[in-house]
Amino acid sequence: MGYQAHFRVWRGDGEGGDLRDFTVEVNEGEVVLDVIHRLQATQASDLAVRWNCKAGKCGSCSAEINGRPRLLCMTRMSVFSESETVTVTPMRTFPVIRDLVTDVSFNYTKAREIPSFKPPADLAPGEYRMQQVDVERSQEFRKCIECFLCQDTCHVVRDHEENKESFAGPRFLMRIAELEMHPLDDADRVREAQSEHGLGFCNITKCCTEVCPEHIKITDNALIPMKERVADRRYDPLVWLGNKIGRRKA
Amino acid sequence: MTAGTNAAGRAQIGARTLRTDRWWLQPALTVAALVAFIIYSTIRAFANTAYYAPPYISPFYSPCLTTNCVPGAGDVNLVGDWWQLSPALIILIFPLGFRLTCYYYRKAYYRGFWASPPACAVAEPHGKYTGESRFPLVLNNIHRYFFYAGLVFNVILTYDVVLGFRDAQGNWGHAGLGTLVLLLNAAFLWVYSLSCHSCRHLIGGRLTHFSRHPLRYRMWTWLSKLNAQHMRYAWISLFWVAFTDFYVMLVASNTISDLRFF
Amino acid sequence: MSELERHAYDVLVIGAGGAGLRAAIEAREHGMRTAVLCKSLFGKAHTVMAEGGIAAAMGNVNSHDSWQVHFRDTMRGGKFLNNWRMAELHAKEAPDRVWELETYGALFDRTADGRISQRNFGGHEYPRLAHVGDRTGLELIRSLQQKIVSLQQEDQRELGDYEARLKVFAECTVTELLQDEDGRIAGAFGYWRESGRFVSFEAPAVVLATGGIGKSFKVTSNSWEYTGDGHALALRAGAALVNMEFVQFHPTGMVWPPSVKGILVTESVRGDGGVLRNSENKRFMFDYIPEVFKDKYADNETEADKWYTDADNNRRPPELLPRDEVARAINSEVKAGRGSPHGGVFLDVSSRLPAEEIIRRLPSMHHQFKELADVDITAQPMEVGPTCHYVMGGVEVEPDTAASRVPGLFAAGEVSGGMHGSNRLGGNSLSDLLVFGRRAGAGASAYVQGLTERPAAAPETLARAERSALAPFDGEGGANPYGLHMELQQVMNDLVGIIRKSGEMAQALEKLEALKAKAAEVTVEGHRQFNPGWHLALDLRNMLLVSECVAKAALLRTESRGGHTRDDFPGMDAEWRRKLLVCTASGDGVEASAEVVEKPQVPMRPDLLDLFEYSELEKYLTGQELTGQSGASRGEGS
Repeated sequence: MGYQAHFRVWRGDGEGGDLRDFTVEVNEGEVVLDVIHRLQATQASDLAVRWNCKAGKCGSCSAEINGRPRLLCMTRMSVFSESETVTVTPMRTFPVIRDLVTDVSFNYTKAREIPSFKPPADLAPGEYRMQQVDVERSQEFRKCIECFLCQDTCHVVRDHEENKESFAGPRFLMRIAELEMHPLDDADRVREAQSEHGLGFCNITKCCTEVCPEHIKITDNALIPMKERVADRRYDPLVWLGNKIGRRKA
Repeated sequence: MTAGTNAAGRAQIGARTLRTDRWWLQPALTVAALVAFIIYSTIRAFANTAYYAPPYISPFYSPCLTTNCVPGAGDVNLVGDWWQLSPALIILIFPLGFRLTCYYYRKAYYRGFWASPPACAVAEPHGKYTGESRFPLVLNNIHRYFFYAGLVFNVILTYDVVLGFRDAQGNWGHAGLGTLVLLLNAAFLWVYSLSCHSCRHLIGGRLTHFSRHPLRYRMWTWLSKLNAQHMRYAWISLFWVAFTDFYVMLVASNTISDLRFF
Repeated sequence: MSELERHAYDVLVIGAGGAGLRAAIEAREHGMRTAVLCKSLFGKAHTVMAEGGIAAAMGNVNSHDSWQVHFRDTMRGGKFLNNWRMAELHAKEAPDRVWELETYGALFDRTADGRISQRNFGGHEYPRLAHVGDRTGLELIRSLQQKIVSLQQEDQRELGDYEARLKVFAECTVTELLQDEDGRIAGAFGYWRESGRFVSFEAPAVVLATGGIGKSFKVTSNSWEYTGDGHALALRAGAALVNMEFVQFHPTGMVWPPSVKGILVTESVRGDGGVLRNSENKRFMFDYIPEVFKDKYADNETEADKWYTDADNNRRPPELLPRDEVARAINSEVKAGRGSPHGGVFLDVSSRLPAEEIIRRLPSMHHQFKELADVDITAQPMEVGPTCHYVMGGVEVEPDTAASRVPGLFAAGEVSGGMHGSNRLGGNSLSDLLVFGRRAGAGASAYVQGLTERPAAAPETLARAERSALAPFDGEGGANPYGLHMELQQVMNDLVGIIRKSGEMAQALEKLEALKAKAAEVTVEGHRQFNPGWHLALDLRNMLLVSECVAKAALLRTESRGGHTRDDFPGMDAEWRRKLLVCTASGDGVEASAEVVEKPQVPMRPDLLDLFEYSELEKYLTGQELTGQSGASRGEGS
């Protein structure tokens, strides 16, 4: 059943740090977070790790395991061979606070820059009527648990610190898509998606979709449709002409 | 190595990636496949030979619009006789543009050729990155025009399939292996085009209220299923279009003869 | 020592789950400068774990539904021990709170005519739960979070500062409430988890919204945050807790693998045909049908199986007995040595439904077992066992304002007590958060507006709070907080768990005393920057104090009712319905100790009593109470 696994865990803070080697017991059915907790309880009581629900629902325990952004609580030890070294590091796109804990405030800053849902002026609470087929697309995006793994993996900011200023990241471009597709949202978000939130930086290499623990099709269902809506507005004279002639709003 | 993951304040890890899997394999395969196609298609496009084996015309040369086309290959002569190069060069810009601006191929070549990024969580070797926010890559936004053009080509290539049911003398009631090859080529191209993200958007994706457009919603639902397989169709149709040309070339150059079904 | 970081606000909300965020929104909309403090990141609160839905009598699916029906269901669920005024407010206001969420941007599943869809749930007479698939809690937290962001954007436009009137202090733990000499709330003291640095908030009103206490138990569906902080802060500030003996154990939690032990397996598995079997492959629930339920539950498999297709002519399968009955039965089977390999029993749906039907009806369960346990529930049985789920008890509050007995201290959500009586219905938790979160925010605002001067904490309180928080760093060689925590969980689980006996609880109290002594000596390694050992050492004090309340109250209540099951007193006693057990504390820090006293229950208002049939009231009320009933109300309920 149990075996001794070789772990390498990054320990340090913003000033510096390194990968430390640990040999630690692993039991059947455990996930990486269990092993990190065992390290805390037995070998490194001050090992910092952020976690909450342990069931893949809160998105707190984001880190990188063998170089791949993942949730610690949803990575089963059985995916590694017993002889394999498991390397755990903090997310490499955000400033590190300590050990596996990073400062994810970038994401909260970006969240605030996205204009909020604009409720329809003529409807009182309780009067909202929406069809299921009309809310389903946005509902997919609202499955997001804000683990920020997509933000972490996105090379636009991962490899280019200077782009953080002008790029909202997949999570928040998806938030724009969610509101844009919301059947009762009163705001127009297309132009700003490109001009203010950096949709053009996205080169649809799909890493965000690859890491999403909720399996949201971020690229196909949110980012590309947003790019197409921008194309409608900015790069498509046919659609522009059609709108000028005055069809009803879709 | 870029400053990226080692920017000030971030965990100082150093390594470009800690991935232990063969992350380089996928981009390498992409590059190999695309380079092979580019070499083959460039040679064939400039070759200006063996593209018509009545009743089959190579998709690289259809529609054949110049006066220097092989007789029977296309009698439209839209371009005129001043054009002395291969007639393929006039038209290939459209399917090429369609694929070059396709959302799937963009991912493939950004990863494979530009290494931007080579694979997820592997640092890219560039100091600066602006993506598709500026010229020239911002031009990828005109994908939908190539999509429209692609549809015209699909119609023409479908017409070529119909012509494939005539024999070399123009009598109906013929079908050979070449007909089947052309038929599959047209079918794959249709599926590739219909599964395109722009198509999905134009058909229904741009609507806010599906419930007010039930027919478009149904088409969108169907296209969404196709769209999920867009990458697969991109590769199948790419391979098959080259194979179709190859087959026509073999027949036209009398290397093999077409297998006749009836 | 560096300068202490200080902030001043009008209303301080501790906890950023559904109740806390709703309170903060309300306070801000009342013009209060408001701060929200939470132990985790913003948006990660335990509320995200809620799956089923929000109970609100909107009548979208069945138009017969009304607040009166919802009120009745809630009182029945709580075995009439509920604070009836809270249950009334809850039933009346829940629909407005749900509709309000839509204006924040929430997207619930819809009915065919475009309204919010509502689903059936245990104990609710009509389809009543507004939901989004099985992730309703996430939708609720995200909607509130995004409403807060939108208020901050308003402030940004108006005042040039997002945080001018509403600020979230994430990963900031409160260790003490500050009070003035008269005991009025003057603020709170805590530390940044990130840096370990202390921070003090000056505020005349504090809303506690810290959730539950599940982390005191070994097997729980609760996250690490549920250490009873709010309960303990309230006690130490002089407030009282009620109903602490009532802890809901959900019968089916995962038992394996260890990493997910306790995680909930939804009741719908049994509702859709899942059956419970022991290691001898026997459907053991037939052996556990209590006398009072004999007429409603089938005593043989044939009849039980027919119920799924013909509910009118057959009795229900015993797997669908109330949660406490099923939990107790599973417990007995495991104790008798007929458990599954990992100490649970088997819950099997694979032999009951075709695979595609299971995936269609129970997608998240299918996913959960596949991803976390490598179990394909379409082909194999699940292993399940009881798990600590919810505490009905909490801070005793004024129903209308959510005010506690301490001036300036308010509480809402799971940390408050009374609303759910002895047992909470599924779906009533999320609505509770919204209804009383809003009321607490409004109550705190009104309180602050009514003040003529802001209470000020004596300076030495801050120094004392600092000393107390740093104590675990003093000395060395003391107990390890992780070890102590595990001991506490074992004690509560084994001795004050699902089935309680007087002797075991007395033993638990002794052990808790011993643990308290060890906790006073606990030492932690390392420094203050994001040090989980230290954080646990501080949380441990809260867990110990609250556990003492639970054990003492449970020992006193000599009856079985809802979430409190006494092996030695298996019956429900109408005399006990008239009594609440109230817990208060004396002393400070680890030395604080709990005291529990009886308090009479306030009789229900006659017009509410009239909502019930006389025959139903007879089951719960004493003869004396019934004779007090007017003649008219013996007839039909309205």
